[in-house]
Amino acid sequence: MIGSPSVGSDSPASRGGNGTLAVRAGSDGVDCAVDKLRLWTMMVRLRAYDERATLLQRQGRIGAYPTFWGEEAIQAAAVLAVRDADWLFLSYRQNAVPVLRGLPPEQAWAYFRGDPRSFFDPSQFGCAPQCVPLATHLPHAVGWAMGRRLQGGDEVALAFFGDGASSEGDAHEAMNLASVLRAPVVFLCTNNQWAISTPLSRQAAVDHLSARAAGYGMPGATVDGYDPLAVLGAVAEAVDRARDGGGPSLVEASCYRIGPHATADDPSLYRDEAETAVWRQREPIGRFEQQLLDEGLLATQDITEEHERAASAMRAAGHRLDGMPAPTGVEMTAHVLAVPPPSWPGPSAPTFSTGER
Amino acid sequence: MAGTICSDILDWRALTTSPARPGNPGPVTLVQAVDAALEAELAADPRVVLLGEDIGRMGGVFRATAGLHARFGENRVLDMPASEAGFVGAAVGMCLAGLRPVVELQFDSFSYPAFEQIVCHLARYRWRTAGATEMPAVLRIPYGGGTHAPELHSDSPEALFCHVPGLVVVTPSSPADAYSMLRWAIRHPDPVIFMEPKRLYRSTRGSLPADPDPEGLPRARVVRPGTDVTIVSYGPSLPTCLEVAEVLAGRGTSAEILDLRALWPLDETAVLTSVRRTRRCVVVHEAPRSCGVGAEVAALVAEHAMFSLDGPVVRVAGLDAPFPMFMLEDLYLPDPGRIVAAVDEALR
Ligand SMILES: Cc1ncc(C[n+]2csc(CCOP(=O)(O)OP(=O)(O)O)c2C)c(N)n1
Ligand SMILES: [Mg+2]
Repeated sequence: MIGSPSVGSDSPASRGGNGTLAVRAGSDGVDCAVDKLRLWTMMVRLRAYDERATLLQRQGRIGAYPTFWGEEAIQAAAVLAVRDADWLFLSYRQNAVPVLRGLPPEQAWAYFRGDPRSFFDPSQFGCAPQCVPLATHLPHAVGWAMGRRLQGGDEVALAFFGDGASSEGDAHEAMNLASVLRAPVVFLCTNNQWAISTPLSRQAAVDHLSARAAGYGMPGATVDGYDPLAVLGAVAEAVDRARDGGGPSLVEASCYRIGPHATADDPSLYRDEAETAVWRQREPIGRFEQQLLDEGLLATQDITEEHERAASAMRAAGHRLDGMPAPTGVEMTAHVLAVPPPSWPGPSAPTFSTGER
Repeated sequence: MAGTICSDILDWRALTTSPARPGNPGPVTLVQAVDAALEAELAADPRVVLLGEDIGRMGGVFRATAGLHARFGENRVLDMPASEAGFVGAAVGMCLAGLRPVVELQFDSFSYPAFEQIVCHLARYRWRTAGATEMPAVLRIPYGGGTHAPELHSDSPEALFCHVPGLVVVTPSSPADAYSMLRWAIRHPDPVIFMEPKRLYRSTRGSLPADPDPEGLPRARVVRPGTDVTIVSYGPSLPTCLEVAEVLAGRGTSAEILDLRALWPLDETAVLTSVRRTRRCVVVHEAPRSCGVGAEVAALVAEHAMFSLDGPVVRVAGLDAPFPMFMLEDLYLPDPGRIVAAVDEALR
């Protein structure tokens, strides 16, 4: 049923994904080798974050956690493809993306500990908060992008969503609306072929989700989600087009959900884990490192050191998480409304009042 | 029973095309007051944008946005595809980008496709971002029956929104209030569900105040003072209650009519003050009875003014049944007879 990402490195968008592509040629004047090393460092950070988070969950220091192990290339490339002023609209699977933009990892993890102090100011990191109901953040991306455009800005919104989310009405409404308005949005679908236990074949009857782009009147491309340069190339092209007034695009990054849906999930109930093992061999970081070694951009020692550095930074963040005092309860009503009603509890103590007033 | 389906609300020729302006001596209809309020806020604040279906050149199915596209252009008055979840979601994003979107949902029931965006995002975004982002959006929703409209064009879903923490729910009952409350709503930093009593769009006339409602939260208003019973109501039922007050006055009962104006948060002080004085309370709305605003008012009175009451709190409401096909709507809607009977029960 499941083959390797079938467009992958043959697709126009990903051609040259083996390192010969002049990634984002001319844009921002970023040198290709520098880009590659930045990309790699970001991927290593994401991996260290993800593995530490899984450990924190196993140790009972956070609650259920949705691992993104294997999706690092897509997330890092997308972040690198946009400018700081561009905003990212996230699903739960991209919970570490704000960390790439400066959110302390422990604050991101606090979300999975059920701590409201994980909430952050979107404008500080150019990241909208992760939205739990599937695809519902996609219309927000359209509105934000239109809002910026109406105010004379040239920012682009990049919105992540999954193969499962692609079936939601909000995904359709957002892509159609963006195209009608020519809103500067890049819709980036991480097609990892699973939505909890539901395989892609139960989600869509098209070979490539990017084929849907045609129905919205926007360009669509499918790229190998394990090839960071392929993703970077395709996303950067879509971002440039959006910024230049060319409207939205749909980029499908094809991969496989190597991990469970979340820490509480047992995928052996619904899929052949021998197949997963094959995909695990294709994970993007080792593959990219081999490429960078071959190109002489890295030495083996650099790789070991970078992984150690990232892991120890995440370990330290885990300790800071443990040190965070418990929330007191004032957070429950504190930020719901700018103008709370007089009957609401004051800022100091939440109460549940009764009796004659 | 008139068989002219929707003609009274959809026939554009019945409308005055020139927008009303405050200070104009001539009385205006409620829908013109809405139009005037939108015009005033579009002119006052460049961050205000209108979104909705058919609101541009056409001026909306009720003509609530007549003339605004012509005056402010397509970047301020944006026609949307038939995509309520999409454009209410886009309004959330526009708030993130610093705009103040005012969304028209064409009819009450067509707010339902956007419900997920309203509940999960519009109402929660401020909380989810620790107060860093405001959601100053207004969703305008023409609601209620009595217009001989097709199925799903007559619902009163206000209680659904009242039950969603993070939203403010208001409804005017006169052109003056429609004007001042809508201007207030557009300036308010929290999301406001602005329920427009579509039955009153053209059946009431009044002159416009010069200013928006004051900052803060809207207060209830005693629209007719009285001493024997408090009739609490809002929006489309208000004129019926005023009619009833006349009838009651004729037989020597003095009814106080309290227009809630804000359905969430309730102006608890106004309700309790009035009921403690009259010692009787009747609540009137056309929305279904169960878990309606009337139930909340009754609970409020029971919790805080129980010992001031000389009779039961009585509700007059719609049935817990889908809004009927319109041949039956006059039976369904609270009428003076039912309200008078309720007052008698409260006075017993
Ligand atoms: C509207 C909605 N329905 C159902 C869910 C429950 N749910 C959480 S994740 C998920 C699967 C999503 O799959 P996909 O979009 O492919 O993303 P992935 O988990 O693979 O990253 C479902 C059904 C939800 N979060 N939102
Ligand atoms: Mg998936």
